[in-house]
Amino acid sequence: MPEDRTIQELGLDEYKFGFHDPEEYFFKTPRKGIDPEIVAMISKHKNEPEWMLEFRLKALESFFEKPTPQWGGDLSEMNFDEIYYYIRPMENQGRTWNDVPEDIKNTFEKLGIPQAERESLAGVGAQYESEVVYHSLKEEWEKSGVIFMDMDGGLREHEDIVKEYFGTIIPPDDNKFAALNSAVWSGGSFVYVPPGVHIDIPLQAYFRINAENMGQFERTLIIADEGSYVHYIEGCTAPTYTSNSLHSAVVELIAKPGARIRYSTIQNWSHNTYNLVTKRGAAYKNATIEWVDGNLGSKLTMKYPAVYLLGEGARGEILSVAYAGDGQHQDAGGKVVHAAPNTSSLITSKSISRGTGRSTYRGLLKVHEGAVNSKSRVECDALLLDENARTDTYPYIEIEEKKVNTEHEATVSKVGEDQLFYLMSRGLSEEEAMAMVVNGFIEPIAKELPLEYAIELNRLIQLEMEGSVG
Amino acid sequence: MLKIENLQVEIDGQEIVKGLNLEIGEGEIHAIMGPNGSGKSTLANVLMGHPRYEVTDGAITFRGEDVFELEPDQRAKLGMFLAFQYPSEVPGVSVANFLRTAVNSVREEELSPMDMYRLIQEKMKIMQMDPKFAERYLNEGFSGGEKKRNEILQMLMLEPKLAIMDETDSGLDIDALQVVSKGVNELRGPEFSAVIITHYQRILRYIEPDHVHVMLDGRLVTSGGKDLALELEDKGYEWVRQEFGASAQS
Repeated sequence: MPEDRTIQELGLDEYKFGFHDPEEYFFKTPRKGIDPEIVAMISKHKNEPEWMLEFRLKALESFFEKPTPQWGGDLSEMNFDEIYYYIRPMENQGRTWNDVPEDIKNTFEKLGIPQAERESLAGVGAQYESEVVYHSLKEEWEKSGVIFMDMDGGLREHEDIVKEYFGTIIPPDDNKFAALNSAVWSGGSFVYVPPGVHIDIPLQAYFRINAENMGQFERTLIIADEGSYVHYIEGCTAPTYTSNSLHSAVVELIAKPGARIRYSTIQNWSHNTYNLVTKRGAAYKNATIEWVDGNLGSKLTMKYPAVYLLGEGARGEILSVAYAGDGQHQDAGGKVVHAAPNTSSLITSKSISRGTGRSTYRGLLKVHEGAVNSKSRVECDALLLDENARTDTYPYIEIEEKKVNTEHEATVSKVGEDQLFYLMSRGLSEEEAMAMVVNGFIEPIAKELPLEYAIELNRLIQLEMEGSVG
Repeated sequence: MLKIENLQVEIDGQEIVKGLNLEIGEGEIHAIMGPNGSGKSTLANVLMGHPRYEVTDGAITFRGEDVFELEPDQRAKLGMFLAFQYPSEVPGVSVANFLRTAVNSVREEELSPMDMYRLIQEKMKIMQMDPKFAERYLNEGFSGGEKKRNEILQMLMLEPKLAIMDETDSGLDIDALQVVSKGVNELRGPEFSAVIITHYQRILRYIEPDHVHVMLDGRLVTSGGKDLALELEDKGYEWVRQEFGASAQS
């Protein structure tokens, strides 16, 4: 394939990133489904310490014990026995771009990632199947003691730190999908930022599922030590297959006193993926945790990034945007728990629904007794692109403390005939007019992203909307 | 340039325009005056192709082309422009971004970013607008005067062959009215025609029309030169009703 071909030229209508490489795997579990033997095989293959194997097996028990959630989205078609739980694509993790195999490079080329990233961005971790294949880190970060590697490498090289924090923010028995991830996790990122170190350029990882019927269970742990700052960016796009894929990640953030972590995600799963993710951060005294979360694609997404404000003066912010097209259900939102005085939080959720798409805002705001002078604001805005689209709001609020200030605001708007007419009268086609309204709607989120990701978010939404009008 | 023949328009089953005829030549400025509810704004929206109105009879041709089959964006590309009475708000989309998209939509070749920047600066200067205005979200939180100026700014950017101005003067103070008029006069020339729809004679002091028409109950009941506007201002719409009401109802 000539190098200068673009995604548009590939002529893929339904799901624009639906190409896939021939499957060549170094290691794949011998059968679909999950049991203690498969879990032990994964752990052994990774040469893990005994405690991790025990962690996994205990988590597997929780997974079997816990019922499938009956709230949220429809999981009745989810068949856990039809999934390969571990695939490893190549022998060793690539350290430089030259080490990355050609077909994997091609995939990145089609996504338009490497050219831009290689030049302007210093650290790139990209997860291909279950292993990180490409990882580089700017020298000065290494000098200042920053650790940024895949989770498996983190466990091998920094076992003491991993053992101290792994599974402490999201215990394996937290929910059925966190339990599943804990049992079979592979890949993801491990980040440690030493006290006082500010990383100015975002750390980035690009995830991608390639094998049919393969679950992706990455596990990310980020620890920002006292007074440090890090912005981590994760992006995901999966190719299209006819049977259902499962993505179930766990992300744990720890912001120690005075630290700040920003975690940005743009996820664009193929339309048959179940995207069931548990994300949670703990913010200690005067620390800040921010989730910026963009959800596109997938068949069903259930994701509610959470911040636990555990120390006085801690702050949490969740910005979430979801696009639900035909046949998709985006069940997203955020959770904030105020457990200390003078803490503050802001949840901003924006959803777009089109055709038979459905978007749900599901949020929890909890203020514990003693969290005096806490402030919280929840704002959810839904945009409906046509008559059939649907949106629901479930804002759960539990307040045990009297001296608090909480606000909640919800709006639903439709792209109006007059609005489209106005834009079209200036020469924009109906499709362009619709895209402009949608891009404007998500602008408050897009402007929080680095420029190239904001552009990608707009472009992805445009791709999703193409051919949807008229 | 524009020819309207026996135009009949309904909205929700109610007849609003009841057989209207009008011909506008190149370089001509026509004023359509009339009381509230006479169908002026309906006419403006129908000319631009608003989907809510149903044209039940008649024909509109613009530069020889039947526009009924054309979407609003296609009409814009032919050189038609409507300055809205109530422009829609588009949160999150800056005026500059909107202008760039609109200008490149109607042009055959895209303008370079630098030329676009210069063009926006130049036209905003004519409209006496603060450069910061370009960064505000389209019509969101704009005052009435700002919205109208912004409409004329768009007109200057798009350089239409025919501009329809739907009560652009309403709600403007005298300073804003002068600026808006200046914008229109900027384009005035042999290749620019305009239809100024208004309730009042006031704007016609600044934009001198070639023809003035009076609209009543969905029809143009009388036409004349700019003096007709003065006579109307003097005698009021009640006079029109008495003089022409019977013919409008027949």
